[in-house]
Amino acid sequence: MSESSSDLDQFRSELRGWLEANCPEEMRQPVKSEDDIYWGGRNATFASDAQKAWFEACVAKGYTVPDWPKDYGGAGLSPAQHKIFKQEMARIKARAPLQSFGIWMLGPALLHFGTEEQKVHYLNQIARGEIRWCQGYSEPGSGSDLVSLQTFGEDKGDHWIVNGQKIWTSYADKCDWIFCLVRTDKEDKYRGISFLLFDMETPGVSTKPIKLISGNSPFCETFFDNVVVPKDQIVGELNRGWDVAKYLLGHEREMISGGGLGDGAPSLGARMTKVIGTDDAGNLDDPMLRAQLAQFDVDALAFKAMAEKFVDEMKARKGHPAKPNMMKYAGTELNKQRHELVMAAGGSDALEWESETSGHGAKPRTWLRTKANSIEGGTSEVMLNVISKRILDLPGA
Amino acid sequence: MPMYLNEDQAMLQDSAREFIATEAPVSHMRALRDEKCKDGFRHALWKQFAEMGFTGILIPEEDDGLGLGHVEAGIVLEEIGRNLTPSPFLTTSVAGVSALNAGGKALREKYFPGILSGDTVLGIAIEERAKHRPDQIAMAAERSGNGFKLNGKKSFVIHGASADALIVAARTSGSAGDSEGLTLFMVDKDAAGLSAEAARLVDSSMAAAVTFDNVEVDADAVIGEVDQGQDVLDALLHASRAGSAAELVGVGSGAMDMTVDYLKQRKQFGKLIGEFQALQHRASHLYSEMEIARAAVMKAQQLLDQGNEGADVMVSVAKAKAGRTTGLAVREGVQMHGGIGMTDEYDIGFYMKRDRALNEFMGDANYHANRVAQMHGY
Ligand SMILES: Cc1cc2nc3c(=O)[nH]c(=O)nc-3n(C[C@H](O)[C@H](O)[C@H](O)COP(=O)(O)OP(=O)(O)OC[C@H]3O[C@@H](n4cnc5c(N)ncnc54)[C@H](O)[C@@H]3O)c2cc1C
Ligand SMILES: Cc1cc2nc3c(=O)[nH]c(=O)nc-3n(C[C@H](O)[C@H](O)[C@H](O)COP(=O)(O)OP(=O)(O)OC[C@H]3O[C@@H](n4cnc5c(N)ncnc54)[C@H](O)[C@@H]3O)c2cc1C
Repeated sequence: MSESSSDLDQFRSELRGWLEANCPEEMRQPVKSEDDIYWGGRNATFASDAQKAWFEACVAKGYTVPDWPKDYGGAGLSPAQHKIFKQEMARIKARAPLQSFGIWMLGPALLHFGTEEQKVHYLNQIARGEIRWCQGYSEPGSGSDLVSLQTFGEDKGDHWIVNGQKIWTSYADKCDWIFCLVRTDKEDKYRGISFLLFDMETPGVSTKPIKLISGNSPFCETFFDNVVVPKDQIVGELNRGWDVAKYLLGHEREMISGGGLGDGAPSLGARMTKVIGTDDAGNLDDPMLRAQLAQFDVDALAFKAMAEKFVDEMKARKGHPAKPNMMKYAGTELNKQRHELVMAAGGSDALEWESETSGHGAKPRTWLRTKANSIEGGTSEVMLNVISKRILDLPGA
Repeated sequence: MPMYLNEDQAMLQDSAREFIATEAPVSHMRALRDEKCKDGFRHALWKQFAEMGFTGILIPEEDDGLGLGHVEAGIVLEEIGRNLTPSPFLTTSVAGVSALNAGGKALREKYFPGILSGDTVLGIAIEERAKHRPDQIAMAAERSGNGFKLNGKKSFVIHGASADALIVAARTSGSAGDSEGLTLFMVDKDAAGLSAEAARLVDSSMAAAVTFDNVEVDADAVIGEVDQGQDVLDALLHASRAGSAAELVGVGSGAMDMTVDYLKQRKQFGKLIGEFQALQHRASHLYSEMEIARAAVMKAQQLLDQGNEGADVMVSVAKAKAGRTTGLAVREGVQMHGGIGMTDEYDIGFYMKRDRALNEFMGDANYHANRVAQMHGY
């Protein structure tokens, strides 16, 4: 590595100064509800002036995607600088200026498989939050067994005509473009799928929201009726979309797995003393729950160490390529556990569903939402299958 | 410090792995058990550890050691765990050396040469109850002449009867529960009034109950300072907790590898049992937990080596996580081996026994989870 530690120290101190000057106080408070998060897109509106100021400051520096190259809207940070960036953001509890499937999923796939034109065009849009993306993988008959998907793109020379149905498309009704898996060859199960990008305003695209057990309806059924997709909107090679999809799933799983760490708070048990109270000896006033919280904190801190190890190994190309599946499995199960404990600690107060004081039932809604963590992006069972096959090399797996 | 082994550490791992698997695989331990070896380990092997340089890993360079850290000690311990190698490495070169490093030059000069040459074995005499309670140490050390007179009993002193010297924690003032008033002593095995009664444990290791009957020691037997032994004790505890967590990870990994191998060989219902998804998923879950435990241990070791104040919490996280995870590994190991897992002839049961003893050593998973809660203020 060419960077000296004094260069890195200097980077850290400059970054600190910049964050101090540019990250508004409101953007250092925990997110209270979905509306607090900025997702970008054509129709995006800011929830507050602070949110807007923070977002714009970050875009100007390339800090919405700090480790992407400068030509593509990033800040071109090295791995060591990026680690410092994350530490400093966490230190002041700064919110992410922009959340997006474009950053977490499509971007990394484009960086790896996109043409230079695609990179310049789409990555800059993503970095500036101009286009909000959704993911069109799952179909009613194809969930865990994704390669069985049926949505078909018929070759019409300079374009495809796409017909079919997707399901569980998160935010499809709010998104501008979709990255979509489409069968372009009916003969070959694996090598007959292509990875297409298209505008959700293209004639023939329609969506219908589905309500979740959390009461929200962030995802949709999505229908394609003779949708025209130009040929230059394919990522990677024709019929080799599965490679792109798998690469992207690796990033999706990594992203989802981070949930177990919560919002940077070191100890769930410590936070729960405010809710439950302590006895005369200063111990949490529910011995069984205290024991469960203590076990959870051990698991969470151990997982945090694993997450750090995972990132370090990936950067140094030392990790097993199937390790994201392990992270996804362990991280999502941990996050579900966290919210079970939050509910148990909250007691009857955590049951409020609508009141203003409860943040419109933030606790129970979040608890219910986390149950999807071990389903979306591949179920826990599918993760365990992948570990069995690719890491433990078990027979017939 | 990135969370993977650097080049030097990877080289150490290669040589430790090869050396221990060749010189002291599970069959070595089985042979010692079968002959009812009275020390529970081979002195000749301890000499070989010295020739490899392992015994001096934590000894500073100025004292002719390698001057390395807890990460490196952990590398050796993981291989010891994987092979169930009986060795005084953890008590002597990890716990003992860490305590002596926190003490004065004279004691280091007295004991380090023997440790470096593989002649000296140290025992750690801390426990007074069946469960690890270092904050409840009550044994008395009264001032007498220019030194002290020790009276009382210590239990679970690993290698206690074959050790050349014991590190003893006793009270020079205050009472159980106080953090001041503790003092740590080096007591040579020939001290008058010292008697050690060795007993074989479930894992076939030897631990002694040690009785101190007016044992007299000089003032220069004190490690660190009188009444201020907590710092020395903390150094010893950190080192042996992180170290035993690393050894546990080795034990768990060894059990897991054996089990996964067995799943690939044993046929039932016309199939390899590894083809059954019920077993695959349990094996994969175990793999995840083992990787997480290993990361927790590495993090604790790195923080210790950096002198980071977060080390204390992370050491307890590591011991708690490694304890629970290795417990899972050995239970799944025996179960997935079916009937053969219950036989003495097969090795998997040895892993279960070793896990039980190591889990108790320096605090079990509950003890350390409780500590994590306390350190977080709840
Ligand atoms: C909140 C949420 C958001 C989502 N967002 C999107 C999105 O934006 N875009 C998108 O394309 N998809 C999205 N999904 C879909 C998600 O990827 C699928 O739900 C997931 O892949 C599982 O597929 P399925 O629901 O069809 O379940 P199924 O595949 O029908 O599985 C049912 C059960 O059977 C188990 N099972 C299936 N196969 C096996 C096997 N071989 N071995 C053992 N057990 C098995 C599963 O683990 C599960 O428990 C989202 C899902 C949720 C819940
Ligand atoms: C102490 C002891 C006393 C015994 N006494 C007697 C006795 O008196 N008489 C007698 O006849 N037998 C006796 N047995 C034998 C006992 O019945 C068998 O050990 C038992 O049926 C399991 O068979 P196995 O040992 O061959 O294990 P295996 O069948 O090889 O099983 C190995 C592992 O694979 C798992 N497995 C196997 N098949 C499947 C599957 N289809 N799906 C998922 N998992 C699977 C098992 O659950 C186990 O975890 C005794 C066993 C023990 C341990």
